[in-house]
Amino acid sequence: MEKLRFERPIIKRIETGMPNKFGTKTEYDPISHIDGVAVADLIKKYGSPLFVVSEKTIRKTFNDAKRSFYTRYPRVQFAWSYKTNYLDAVCRVFHDEGSWAEVVSGFEYDKAIRNGVKGDKIIFNGPDKSEADLEKAAKNGSMIHLDHFDELYTLIELAEKKNLKPKVAVRVNMDTGIYPSWDRFGFNYENGEAWDAINRIMLNKKLELVGLHTHIGTYILSVKSYGIAASKLSYLASEIEKKYGHAIKYIDMGGGFASKNTLKGAYLPGTDTCPSFDEYAESITSGIINSEIKPENLPFLILESGRALIDDAGYIIGTTLANKRLPDGRRSMIIDVGVNLLFTSFWYEHKITPAHAFTQHTEDTTIFGPLCMNIDVIRQNISFPVLKKGDQFVISKVGAYNMTQWLQFITLRPKIVLIDLKKGVHIIRESETAENFIRMEKTPEHLTSRQE
Amino acid sequence: MKIKKNIAVSENGFVFDPTTGDSYSLNEIGTEFLNLMKAGKSKEKIQKEIMNKYDVDEITFEKSFHDFIKMLATYQLIEDHEEK
Ligand SMILES: Cc1ncc(COP(=O)(O)O)c(C=O)c1O
Repeated sequence: MEKLRFERPIIKRIETGMPNKFGTKTEYDPISHIDGVAVADLIKKYGSPLFVVSEKTIRKTFNDAKRSFYTRYPRVQFAWSYKTNYLDAVCRVFHDEGSWAEVVSGFEYDKAIRNGVKGDKIIFNGPDKSEADLEKAAKNGSMIHLDHFDELYTLIELAEKKNLKPKVAVRVNMDTGIYPSWDRFGFNYENGEAWDAINRIMLNKKLELVGLHTHIGTYILSVKSYGIAASKLSYLASEIEKKYGHAIKYIDMGGGFASKNTLKGAYLPGTDTCPSFDEYAESITSGIINSEIKPENLPFLILESGRALIDDAGYIIGTTLANKRLPDGRRSMIIDVGVNLLFTSFWYEHKITPAHAFTQHTEDTTIFGPLCMNIDVIRQNISFPVLKKGDQFVISKVGAYNMTQWLQFITLRPKIVLIDLKKGVHIIRESETAENFIRMEKTPEHLTSRQE
Repeated sequence: MKIKKNIAVSENGFVFDPTTGDSYSLNEIGTEFLNLMKAGKSKEKIQKEIMNKYDVDEITFEKSFHDFIKMLATYQLIEDHEEK
């Protein structure tokens, strides 16, 4: 007779009526496969933990977003926000779908060039562009988004010295009714600084003003704020039209659309609270269409959406290391994925799902990562099925920021694989080895020659 | 260790403790464990029965058993605490 599957025995007090801090009951199915590939096979072949990226989901999400905007506005262009996930393979999927590149450092700029993006399809944002970066970008015809007056004058000087005519846009920060207001990047709208920067560029004539840009923040749930921001940029565009007879080529609304993750402390899950691409698109395109901009000058609408386009496509899969009873009887579970890999667990209550069948029985659980550090908590309070040592799990919606902001801390970083449209699995980043790090370190001689 | 005599265990995994008025839910294995313990079986007997029926090794059984007893003690469902 075949023996039954063993689950750890649990007993749990029934608390009537009151939802507790561990949330409501978990009723969902295991995730045994990602895009048709078994989680157990992935771990067996590539190790645990492992980041998994779904090419299918990237393309699908991108096309959903694109459709929402194209159906409302005739001229739309996406630019992939490199910092969100700059793995070459991921960037190339976005470029293949028609995305330009949006970069914020020389390192990212060179990455975009290596990924085959033409210079005139690269948007260069950020407060830190070296003179060498600026010169390269100007020569390549990239769109340089100005962050401050020092940069504006550096670029004017450079244009004179090297006889270049750099293409620029003014990054504008503004009050859109949300808190916090991102007012440290670019030039302020309300106090007239942005209009001042525009006038200096237009009168100086060394630079070509091609666009206006804003990025109002990240994980913005307020759709209305986008409408306000679009109206304000459109107003500036129409004033430029009026005063100089100059039509800017594009309005760049930045990123910031929320992904469907649940923010820490949020009452409802992100899947319920997150606006759709349609809602964002409606608000933004209305702001532009209903402005004073002349119809024949309707600018391109550029979007630099990051997390909303990639979060869903990323998973990290891993293994349970241990279960442990805390002194107060609470269960804790230690897994091989820590905050070193899952930086976003500082903001999100990540969805974690067993990779195999489980019963509806759950225990109030704290999930810890493997680091010997008190801060290494993946979920503080979760009502979670009973997993035992060696059981595998899947953490979903981790495609944004983790694969760029992860830390080499205490241990080495694992492989990343991409599952293609035909269930083919490709390593797109190798796991780190001790060698990688030994190579970068140097020990002064007086410390190497020490005798025992 | 002995399970409190007056507690009621239902077939589908609910426990009621009349002295405190508290109810508890158990998973399938928890129910089996509790019923075997209530029947006064020794740990060795319980282990044998469980290992015959379920796909579980000795170490996993041992860990699970002790964790379960700790939880019973936390909820004060055990009569005398001189366990083991
Ligand atoms: C200028 C700019 N564009 C786009 C993004 C992408 O933002 P998100 O991932 O919130 O869409 C960022 C992120 O901070 C940014 O600074």
